[in-house]
Amino acid sequence: MSTLTSKKSTSSTTKPQFKIGAAFAYLTLGVTTFLVVFPFWWMLVVASNEKNEIAKNPPRFTLGDQLPVTFDVIFQYANISRAIAISFIISISMAVSHIFFCTFAGYAFAKLKFKGQKQFFAFILLTMMVPGQLGIIPMYILVTRLGWNNDLKAIIVPGLVSAFGVFWMRQSISAVITDEVIQAARIDGASPWQIYTKIVFPLVRPTALVMGLFSFLGAWNDFLWPMLILDGDKMLTVQMAIAQMKEQAYIVNHAAQMGAAFFATLPLIILFFLVSKQLVKGVMEGAIKG
Amino acid sequence: MSLTRNTSSKGKSSLRAGEGRLAFFAISPFYFLYLVFGIFPILYTSYMAFFAWDPLGDKVFIGLNNFMNLLQDEVLWKALRNTLSIWVLGTIPQLALALYLATILNRNRLRFSNFWRAAILIPNVTSVLAIAVIFSSLYGRDFGLINYVLNIFGVDKINWMEGTLTSHFEIATMIIWRWTGYNALIYLAAMQSIPKELYESASLDGATGWQQFKYVTLPGIRNVMIFTITMSTIGGLQTFNEPYILGGVTGGNDKQFYTLAMFLYEEAFRKFQFGYGAAIGIFIFFCVVIFALINATIASKIAKD
Repeated sequence: MSTLTSKKSTSSTTKPQFKIGAAFAYLTLGVTTFLVVFPFWWMLVVASNEKNEIAKNPPRFTLGDQLPVTFDVIFQYANISRAIAISFIISISMAVSHIFFCTFAGYAFAKLKFKGQKQFFAFILLTMMVPGQLGIIPMYILVTRLGWNNDLKAIIVPGLVSAFGVFWMRQSISAVITDEVIQAARIDGASPWQIYTKIVFPLVRPTALVMGLFSFLGAWNDFLWPMLILDGDKMLTVQMAIAQMKEQAYIVNHAAQMGAAFFATLPLIILFFLVSKQLVKGVMEGAIKG
Repeated sequence: MSLTRNTSSKGKSSLRAGEGRLAFFAISPFYFLYLVFGIFPILYTSYMAFFAWDPLGDKVFIGLNNFMNLLQDEVLWKALRNTLSIWVLGTIPQLALALYLATILNRNRLRFSNFWRAAILIPNVTSVLAIAVIFSSLYGRDFGLINYVLNIFGVDKINWMEGTLTSHFEIATMIIWRWTGYNALIYLAAMQSIPKELYESASLDGATGWQQFKYVTLPGIRNVMIFTITMSTIGGLQTFNEPYILGGVTGGNDKQFYTLAMFLYEEAFRKFQFGYGAAIGIFIFFCVVIFALINATIASKIAKD
């Protein structure tokens, strides 16, 4: 209530009221940040302590010295390093191909003129509304017929380009590059392809990288489809490895589960800290026109 | 004069042709892949739903029987109830919180704003199953931290995944944790694209903070709200990973957290009833369409009022 009336009052009375509002804002953000970080901290606590330390009353909230033991257990029982390698192969291929195909298609929709442009773009938006599970059974049959069972192709090829990526890059290219720039390049005699490679792509590269990173994340987190395609023995993703560790009876070992979670999360957290600013910017840029 | 005009128009039309060709190359990968891995499977799903389909090859046309059986299947309605309950518990608080966080992040003179923005995005950038393992530990019956804290306040040990509402709550909190920050940033972006003059003239007219929020901010982010609601509906109706890893593929002893997607998975890939599974897929699709329409109507009403 106090902040509502503050608009009408003079500046001297506004100041303390503003401070209350600000304090509350910082408190909210602080609590939120705590809730964000705490699960990760708990992951490390469980992974690094013996079971009875966690079961104690009150439980231990600090790191223990069992991390090497936990890692030993993980690498003994699970194919975790193999799974990480496979997840990296899938995710990096998807990211690279999205950066290439989605940006190019986004350029066509944003800056080129062609017949049926509106309809083609509307169709892309429409496909985003279709739940992926609708076609999953025929996809499975198709992939089996192609002989791609237990083959990474089955995961990578259908996802080489995505509607969301095309949409995102089109928004970004429209927002970042004015038509005047394109026009000027045209007058100088640049072909549409040259305009793309020399002007458009360099300018939107940061956004394209962020889009690629989200594709990486999406691929890294995909679970149902890889589980259907890969046998889970020699061929498995990180997500499948975690699921296996949680299901298999011989490791009811919370520390080991947390250790596996740690390995599945670590690459993402490292990536995040490298480019967090661009990620935030990218999410916000892609959203503006919704 | 006429000569230059001629050449320039000729140059333009050849340029247009070049553009068209390049555009064709640029967009055809998407349409080709979507034709093979999108449209074809979708059409084929609609075809399969009319058959008793054995993966080993036998298929018998049975007309609408799959749909009839499906609509009479108690499991379907249970799965639908669970899915909707998880979706409501996970989406409404999530979007409300996101809106609230966005208004805070949109304050003038907010310190460390880059830090806060990055912090709230972290949950979205992590591995789903890893987070599920962590949540599963936090919600553990005997040694879970949440029960420990509740116990301080005199609450008995809760076996979260055993109860219907408690298991939905557990799954929903994980969804909220993962998606609130992402949506907050999207709302923030939309709020920042609202012209400042609108707020200035509103406050000159004597509008309170709440009135400004209601009459300037909400209408300004209306489209983005519809977008996030639609996206979370599509995601929510396909909820699979969280319940699967928190509680197992069976969806609980009493199927208390069995979702539509788990139903599809079990019928198609565990019982190998491809035709029945296809019918479930079509059911999910119709739910998405219906709820997306309802959401869009409600959201546009709220923003107009």
